Amino acid sequence: MLLETRGLGKSFGVVAALSDVSFSLRAGEVHGLMGENGAGKSTLIKLLTGFHPPSAGEILLDGTPVSFDSPRAAQAAGVAAVYQEINLIPERSVAANIFLAREPRQFGLLTNTRKMEADAAAILSRYGLAIDPRQPLRTLGLGLQQMVSIARVVSLGARVVIMDEPTSALAGAEVDILYGVVEQLRREGRGIVYVSHRLSECYRLCDRLTVLRDGRMVESATTADLPRARLVAAMLGRESTAGSAPGARPAAAATDAAAAAPIALSVRGLSWRTRVRDVSIAVRRGEILGLAGLLGAGRTETFKAIYGAETPDRGDVEIEGRRLFHARPAASIRRGLAFLSEDRRSEGIFPKLSVRANLTAAVLPRISRFGVVSRRRQTELVNRYIRELGIKTAGPEALISELSGGNQQKVLIARALCTEPRVVMLDDPTRGIDVGAKAEVHRTIRDLARKGLGVVVTSSEVEEVLELSDRLVVLNEGAIAGELETAGREPEDVLALLAAAEAPRA
Amino acid sequence: MSAAAGPAPVKRQAIDRARIVGLIQSRGAILVLILAAIVAGSIFPDFLHAANVEDIVTAGTFLGLVAIGQTFVIILGGFDLSVGSMVGLGTVIAAYAQPFGWVPALLLPILAGILVGLIDGLLIARTRMAPFIVTLAALLALKGAAIALAGESMVVARPGFFGQIANAHWLGVSNLIVILVAAYALGALVLNRTPFGAAIFAIGGNEEAARMLGIQVERVKVLTYCVSGGLAGLSGALLAARLSSGISSAGNGYELQSIAAAVIGGVLLTGGVGTMTGALAGVLLLGLINNVINQIGSLSAAYQGLASGTFLLLAVIIQAGLSRTKRS
Repeated sequence: MLLETRGLGKSFGVVAALSDVSFSLRAGEVHGLMGENGAGKSTLIKLLTGFHPPSAGEILLDGTPVSFDSPRAAQAAGVAAVYQEINLIPERSVAANIFLAREPRQFGLLTNTRKMEADAAAILSRYGLAIDPRQPLRTLGLGLQQMVSIARVVSLGARVVIMDEPTSALAGAEVDILYGVVEQLRREGRGIVYVSHRLSECYRLCDRLTVLRDGRMVESATTADLPRARLVAAMLGRESTAGSAPGARPAAAATDAAAAAPIALSVRGLSWRTRVRDVSIAVRRGEILGLAGLLGAGRTETFKAIYGAETPDRGDVEIEGRRLFHARPAASIRRGLAFLSEDRRSEGIFPKLSVRANLTAAVLPRISRFGVVSRRRQTELVNRYIRELGIKTAGPEALISELSGGNQQKVLIARALCTEPRVVMLDDPTRGIDVGAKAEVHRTIRDLARKGLGVVVTSSEVEEVLELSDRLVVLNEGAIAGELETAGREPEDVLALLAAAEAPRA
Repeated sequence: MSAAAGPAPVKRQAIDRARIVGLIQSRGAILVLILAAIVAGSIFPDFLHAANVEDIVTAGTFLGLVAIGQTFVIILGGFDLSVGSMVGLGTVIAAYAQPFGWVPALLLPILAGILVGLIDGLLIARTRMAPFIVTLAALLALKGAAIALAGESMVVARPGFFGQIANAHWLGVSNLIVILVAAYALGALVLNRTPFGAAIFAIGGNEEAARMLGIQVERVKVLTYCVSGGLAGLSGALLAARLSSGISSAGNGYELQSIAAAVIGGVLLTGGVGTMTGALAGVLLLGLINNVINQIGSLSAAYQGLASGTFLLLAVIIQAGLSRTKRS
């Protein structure tokens, strides 16, 4: 066994990020590591590469226990990771990046540039990469930049290569290049840990698959012995055989009434790079449409392309029958489209400002006269939403960072409502919120629909999005894989769609 | 991204465009310098006379040495505001040391500069304080030290060989020009052909990545500030030799002029990109502007600043345009 962990665990304070993981990797094997957000994949990688010391268990390399006190130590022993965001120097040449901090020298001090470039060319060509080692890294596509990353760790003598979501940013042709490189690494007898959430890719490349969930190893089998449905069930934490489902929806009559309502948001043929592919959805007034999908299925990207935070390559967006021509958030807001990012901290709140300032941030021009914000109208708005949404705060002047996650989210929902939207899109609105607050946020979302707004919502939990929405669209690798009315459905029905054969890649 | 019709030529084109943009960025200042010299030469007959050209270059030597260090620091991703005051302090130290011979008069200012760079660099690298604040503090402190030591100025009594260093000629070329050219050649060698230079580029390009790739970021940072301080000290020593005096206000404004020269020469203020030749062209362009305005006898020296500022702004606008082309 090339690499092995026994009972490996890691706790940060009282939180166990990883517990009792016994993972193994043979030479010449591609081992897929899968799991949703927070499953512990990153933690496992960080333990293997010496970023963190484990709190329990041990790591064995060639059967001998090892402990790496830094990534450099791990690298020296032959364990290296290649990350999805390229950690190289874009302005420098390919050769300089491969040999940075260990340049071949001449006359003791000077870099032997010629040798460096020749060596780089040799390594690159071994992996079938037609890259000129003299060109600046940034002139390469992301995929090739990643290959340069791989060339670097291999030239450092890595025998275990950990690839963290290598294809997440790649276009079609680049994916094939990556596959070729992985094949070559395998032929050379290196072990590859392949982290990905693209099922089709893992089934194509990997010899074995291991699934982590909530920091534990819940499945590990050879690829041939692990059907897709069982894999997805393991990732999402449901027994695929279970019959009783507490999350099942009662057959509702309300949806019939909604079926006749006019369409609030219509999206046709929306595409953005390779992340959103030909997505068409329609939401009626008073309807809650759920978007479901595994991590990386394109939920957030779809929202951002609709909202204009990313400029879609193709496709039409209409709000209440009026087309949005300019893909810009400001234009979308004016037409009555509101969007709540899943990333509250970096794309949502202004942590150093008060609840009042946060809540009214999007409408200051509207409540101003001659460019001066009307304190009175601001106070009216703030008090109204604190009351209506039941925001628990010491008062309008309290700092938003002092509020709980659920109440911060309500402030952000209130901020969106201030713009008097016709359609509200909420990306994973209950992420990082405790159970009690979750129910409150759900109630708030249902109230929005009851008032006649069109609502689109996602969640990383299948049960939640199923329970919340009237209709569900399942995304897979950026494209729509299926659609269902949620009345009377159970989570298993959604899992079946998630695990279904995937759309071919463009 | 289009279909399989022909991705290769598209990519090739992109690379070519990137290369051209890169060339304009790194070599554009030289082109502008040559053009400006031709234009100035055709308008002012005296401009291209050997004596006038020598004037421009020798006058540019002091700023030029400072700009080498500044360019290193900017490529590293920081900047050094202490260099101007260090030049002034350097002249004063040289004037004090001269009675003990030309060796201490030349070396002590350099050592003092390295010491200042060491302190600046350690504070910036270890405590992660902002380069702006640390070197601004050094600027104020060194200025004060120079005035405390020398008042406004002090005369070097018998310059002797020390004076020769900055005033004599070697093979018909002013020593200062020889020193300037040698310093830039050495600077280019260090920057482009040594692991130290590669590390400077790497840190300025992406500090976290550089650390991950195994570069000793703190050490490289400290060393780079030492290079900058040492060169400012050298500049001060040569200025003292040239003027036969230590002047506490010498080098005033060099900190910003050297940044301006580097930026005009295509060094990106965000770090990670730049060349020595570009910086030198920037220094000479600033010198040329001053010289031309002097040639137009009717204009006051105040116009030198106005012209330099306009030039800098143009350079920055072109840079911004180029970076945008590069990204798209």
